[in-house]
Amino acid sequence: MGIEEKLPSGFLLTSVEKLAGYMRKSSLWPATFGLACCAIEMMATGAGRYDLARFGMEVFRASPRQADLMIVAGRVSNKMAPVLRQIYDQMAGPKWVISMGACASSGGMFNNYAIVQGVDHVVPVDIYLPGCPPRPEMLMDAILKLHEQIANEKLGSNRQEVIRQVEAAALASLPTISMKGLLAK
Amino acid sequence: MSSEIEKNSEPSIEIAADESVEVPNDGVSSLAKQSRGFGVTFATMFKKPNTEQYPEEKVPTAPRFHGRHQLNRHPDGLEKCIGCELCAWACPADAIYVEGAQNTEESRYSPGERYGSVYQINYLRCIFCGLCIEACPTRALTMTNEFELADNLREKLIYEKEDLLAPFRPEMVAPPHAMFPGTDESDYYRGKVTGSDPSQGEVFGVVVPGKKP
Repeated sequence: MGIEEKLPSGFLLTSVEKLAGYMRKSSLWPATFGLACCAIEMMATGAGRYDLARFGMEVFRASPRQADLMIVAGRVSNKMAPVLRQIYDQMAGPKWVISMGACASSGGMFNNYAIVQGVDHVVPVDIYLPGCPPRPEMLMDAILKLHEQIANEKLGSNRQEVIRQVEAAALASLPTISMKGLLAK
Repeated sequence: MSSEIEKNSEPSIEIAADESVEVPNDGVSSLAKQSRGFGVTFATMFKKPNTEQYPEEKVPTAPRFHGRHQLNRHPDGLEKCIGCELCAWACPADAIYVEGAQNTEESRYSPGERYGSVYQINYLRCIFCGLCIEACPTRALTMTNEFELADNLREKLIYEKEDLLAPFRPEMVAPPHAMFPGTDESDYYRGKVTGSDPSQGEVFGVVVPGKKP
């Protein structure tokens, strides 16, 4: 993508990784994507008592071009799904997605024809956050876990290696058909 | 039919372009009102901020907060869950999956006939309503105040029985083991069993003496 593709793997690349990770995690700007009651908790997280500004995240961008984190807060209806995908596509990479609440993560208690059964049918999700709705601390916990993930993200040839390992692990894992109980769903 | 619908050709309200509304000017008194408002802003600067420093200082939740579930144990370490699936039936989001199995004399996990051999809660579906806790006939399922559940994979958010079971207290014995000698399951539910017996197996810590059913 950029200079990191040209760097040789080794000390230089890991230094760039650390610097890039630190900078990316410290200025994560969320796109507003409040869809239901979870949005109220998301707003509370941005307000004075919980204060996302402590993590450099106070600006909820209404324009997807200026955002790099999408917090999908609330149930995604089938009608909203293409809109959500378009917003995600308009965001400039690197970009991340938090699926906030039971409904966004899996459809929650709305197991019906109108609701997308998990927003990961539409966009790739980095962090799943349970709760109905999750309290602001839970959202901050998810955000901090995402920060940690971003800070340790690999670049260049190291990234290719991670992708290869994930692919190999996925091939070696237990197939869904032999899983038991809820794991099969 | 169509004659009933009249065309609204003329707007009922006419707006004159040159007409302007006069803003009342209260002079000095309006300035006083404004400075009173700014006084509120100024006074706020000396107030203590109400921001919670979440990851560093964790403010405890309300005592009855609905957090992650826990499968409890009897005082001697046997599980309270009898695998009746009432929690799964009560669940409005179909988040709980239970499979019951028969207890035998060789492998006993709970007092009485049956125990829950497979117990899974899908936290991506769970809405933390607590109907499962109300449904549980043996108080096997309760909720904790733990809420930091976010994770990066769907599979990690389906909690198995091992993840949900309560930790052992020092006087408990890990199942499978026999019931407390000389008791049946009704004694467990009446609270007559208050600890484990040496015949049931090795305990996890120091046994408090004098605990007899």
